[in-house]
Amino acid sequence: MAIATPRVGVITFLGSLDDRDALRAVATMGGEGVALWHGDHDLQGVDAVVLPGGFSYGDYLRCGAIAGHAPILDEVRAFADRGGPVLGICNGFQILCEAGLLPGALIRNASLRFICRDVFLRVETSQSPVTADLVPGEVVEIPIKHGEGQFVATPEQLQHIEEAGLVVFRYADAAGSVNRSTNPNGSVENIAGVRNDSGNVVGLMPHPEHAVDPDVGPTGGQALFASLLAAALAGAGALP
Amino acid sequence: MSDEAVSDEAPGQPLHRRLGLADDELERIRQTLGREPRPAELAMYGAMWSEHCSYKSSKIHLRTLPTEGPAVLVGPGQDAGAVDVGDGMAAVFKMESHSHPSAIEPYQGAATGVGGIVRDIISMGARPVALLDPLIFGPLTTERNRWLLSGVVAGIGGYGNCIGVPTVGGEIRFADAHSANPTVDVMCVGLAEADALVTGSTLTPHDGSVMVLYGASTGRDGIGGVSVLASAALDEGSEASRPSVQIGDPFAEKLLIEASLELIECGLLEGLQDLGGAGITCAVSESAARAGMGVRLDLDAVPLREPDMEAFEILTSESQERMLAIVPPSKLDDVRAVCERWGLDIAVIADLVEGGKLTVTHGGVTVAEVPAVSLVDEGPEYDRPREPPAGHHARAAVSTDDPTFAPFEGDLRVALLRMLGAPNVASKRWAWQQYDSRVQGQTVAGPGSDAAIVRVPGSLKALALSTDGKGRYGALDPYLGAVHAVAEAARNVAVSGARPLAITNCLNFGNPERPVVMWQFAESIRGIRDACIVLETPVTGGNVSFYNESGGSSIWPTPVIGMLGLLEDHRLRVPAGFPRSGLAVYVLGETFGELGGSEFAETVIGVVAGTPPAIDLVQEHALHELLHDAARDDLLASAHDCGDGGLGVALAEAAIDGGNGFAVTVANDLPGHVALFSESASRVVVTVGPEHEDRLIALASAHGVSITRLGETGGPRVVFDGMFETTVEELREIFETAIPRLMQEPV
Amino acid sequence: MRHRFEVLVTLKPGLADPQGKAVESSLPALGFDDVSDVHIGRHVRLDVEATSEAEAREQVDAIAHRLLSNPVIEDYRVIGSSAADEEA
Repeated sequence: MAIATPRVGVITFLGSLDDRDALRAVATMGGEGVALWHGDHDLQGVDAVVLPGGFSYGDYLRCGAIAGHAPILDEVRAFADRGGPVLGICNGFQILCEAGLLPGALIRNASLRFICRDVFLRVETSQSPVTADLVPGEVVEIPIKHGEGQFVATPEQLQHIEEAGLVVFRYADAAGSVNRSTNPNGSVENIAGVRNDSGNVVGLMPHPEHAVDPDVGPTGGQALFASLLAAALAGAGALP
Repeated sequence: MSDEAVSDEAPGQPLHRRLGLADDELERIRQTLGREPRPAELAMYGAMWSEHCSYKSSKIHLRTLPTEGPAVLVGPGQDAGAVDVGDGMAAVFKMESHSHPSAIEPYQGAATGVGGIVRDIISMGARPVALLDPLIFGPLTTERNRWLLSGVVAGIGGYGNCIGVPTVGGEIRFADAHSANPTVDVMCVGLAEADALVTGSTLTPHDGSVMVLYGASTGRDGIGGVSVLASAALDEGSEASRPSVQIGDPFAEKLLIEASLELIECGLLEGLQDLGGAGITCAVSESAARAGMGVRLDLDAVPLREPDMEAFEILTSESQERMLAIVPPSKLDDVRAVCERWGLDIAVIADLVEGGKLTVTHGGVTVAEVPAVSLVDEGPEYDRPREPPAGHHARAAVSTDDPTFAPFEGDLRVALLRMLGAPNVASKRWAWQQYDSRVQGQTVAGPGSDAAIVRVPGSLKALALSTDGKGRYGALDPYLGAVHAVAEAARNVAVSGARPLAITNCLNFGNPERPVVMWQFAESIRGIRDACIVLETPVTGGNVSFYNESGGSSIWPTPVIGMLGLLEDHRLRVPAGFPRSGLAVYVLGETFGELGGSEFAETVIGVVAGTPPAIDLVQEHALHELLHDAARDDLLASAHDCGDGGLGVALAEAAIDGGNGFAVTVANDLPGHVALFSESASRVVVTVGPEHEDRLIALASAHGVSITRLGETGGPRVVFDGMFETTVEELREIFETAIPRLMQEPV
Repeated sequence: MRHRFEVLVTLKPGLADPQGKAVESSLPALGFDDVSDVHIGRHVRLDVEATSEAEAREQVDAIAHRLLSNPVIEDYRVIGSSAADEEA
């Protein structure tokens, strides 16, 4: 029996930039990338959804704010409610926060500058669509490139995020040590990525799609996409 | 936006002079039209015959440049040059300056510069795949220069990061002469299928086709940009320059990229043109002239941002993020659908008609009626007087006041450390970490490399890209400065293992009406020509930025060269840093006593003086061939160009970059500081595994390139035998923290 | 005495305002069809210690002119003053 190829949708919003790169990463890791359009009410029956990086609507109002109202977000919300795996990368993370699918918000980096460089992330939980293949404490190297990646939350939210184990990644060093010096953007508690309570929606500022091809960067994103494809495959039969 | 000077005539002057037209140029217009020109017509000629659009002072010199070669698909005269990179693909590239606007509003000036050059690439039907930003500022010891650097870097990032085109290279240099007038150039590279390139000859408009303006609406941006900006002294009256400063909209630009490429891919267009200097006038008249047709242009159809704009304002507005497409009427609905999908407004503003006349109506009245070709191709051309500065010929011969002969009793270790921390040499990580160098996922080597390496998607091939200017040499000898700029750009590409293919350029100079400046320009062109002929890198286009001066003092004559090379297999790319221990360190090329115009002379002795290094272009070319063959045979573990600071700095940089120290003996007949820091041309530091040493030596000998074994790599220490020693960490610390310190920021 | 001021910094009329335009174009999709002329600026609040309101306002003017706005592209408006201590 042939093993099914998981179909992963990547949404293009006006101003998305890493949508092609995310589609290529899905293909590189053995999945089928499906291009989705922000204005459609249609996920084309995909098994997982990626909201890619970029500057949707220029991030002119607030990053992710306008895209958070895009028609396709209704479908993403319904898909997530059914337990479908959803990954937001950078601007995609910001959109998911604006749309209320993930807790917290992203504001300007503490340095007030855009930062593009490789960082190390410590995995905090295996309970997410991108870390099922990883164990807590493991370290992956992935680039960041953002001007507004400082994760913030209200004290109540933050308490819930920590207590419920919603932190998926923290900025660390190569040995997995997490401290002020490993925090590139001022994020509270070095948080680089979080998930929702049910564990099927995840967002992170670093760019795993730029960390699958060893010729152009680190390879820490391979495990994240492998997990996502596995989650997509597992969910494919389960979802209505 | 335009880089042009300006008459300082009072507003009481006749209209043509206020529009920058000389009396004899007015006479020329009268002869063309056979009557007195109307005001809107004068504005159109004023814009099109400006230095910026017509190259009237530079044309006779530019014509002498070599423009043909086996790889050249599109040479000068189009929006950008194009070269064949094999497999049916073309690389399209072009460089421009946005120096004048950046001096007034650095963020927006730099940002809109990026936008403009990207549209040049789009209008060739190519997807922009890389940006490089060569910048020159005054010293960071003043608040204003720090503000300019901060703003320009933020503007480049703010725009480039938002449109999804990686910024992969460029350089940042500092010189007193650029304090009042920073130099802000930007190069964009695109990729297209060679047979899908959009040029005047590949697409043919028809009678009855329409011109569609899409993108942003038209405001009063840059009205008189041609004259206003560069006219006011930069330290006063900057508020009066307000109309010339424009706000970039990178989101709109991103939509323009996607919509334009889709329009071309779907075969909906008969022509495509970006709107830059001289706005609608330029785009419409160039499109018409190329097609050999006439145009009926209706200004009432142009979507305006402000009501009540005059005809001349609409005609010459330089509002950003606009494109002009030529569309057959049958495909208009499809074009509208594509643009709407990308959230862009479109307007049909003109019809193509037989004949060659450009007729413009506004409010139902004809405001202009001129032969399109007269705006584009029949502008004036000047052979402006040129004269070397007093004492130039005396200086041409090596004299005893050349820094090469100055006694030096100082500590060589301290000298090396000072140079690594000097702003010209120090790491520019502070700047380029603010640029997205990763987007599109093809960046094999980004900023901080000798050459940026960007893969051609779907193949093993990669583009090798470098931009280089040698202002300090140019200030001392503009001919040599230009030759070195071309040679170094080619060498930076060659050390990566790539073959240099072709150049574009941005020629940054003072006021061409001054004979000394015009002499500098002509000498620079002569240098570029000589170097490009021998190095077999034809000129595919470029940009001239004149009038970079304030208070009678101009910038250093600085031609910046943008080199494009091809790496047949990106896996064979040679890195600059020492990758591991136990490698043999060699220097290719010969070292002579040449400290004239060197980094050592400026940073350690404190003078910019002497004669720049001599250069034998045939040797330079042989070196490139050697590097190419050695990379092809996978012999080299690393290769790094000897540039500012010579051998000493090159070795230090390779150690920092690779994280491996070395022990070398730099022994020759020269005094220690000359041997270490001489900037003799055509030299490269390479490392090679012991198993390949014999083959490398044989290959060098076959190419007639001198090769000298210096020592070995390894360990945390950096040892110059018989001179001094230090550690990689000490070098790295000073190299990486210098710029943040100068910017007065935490390191 | 401390005086509280608010400074509104806006782009000069006629300049392109991409931020305002992006917001404006997104409104119809949310059902707001009758909105136009959306512009985005910057709001700065500051307290100034001075003997009189006039003196404080003079300082705020200078601050707004020299730092908060770029007179090449932006206008500013100083709105209101209240004794800051009373509010606090």
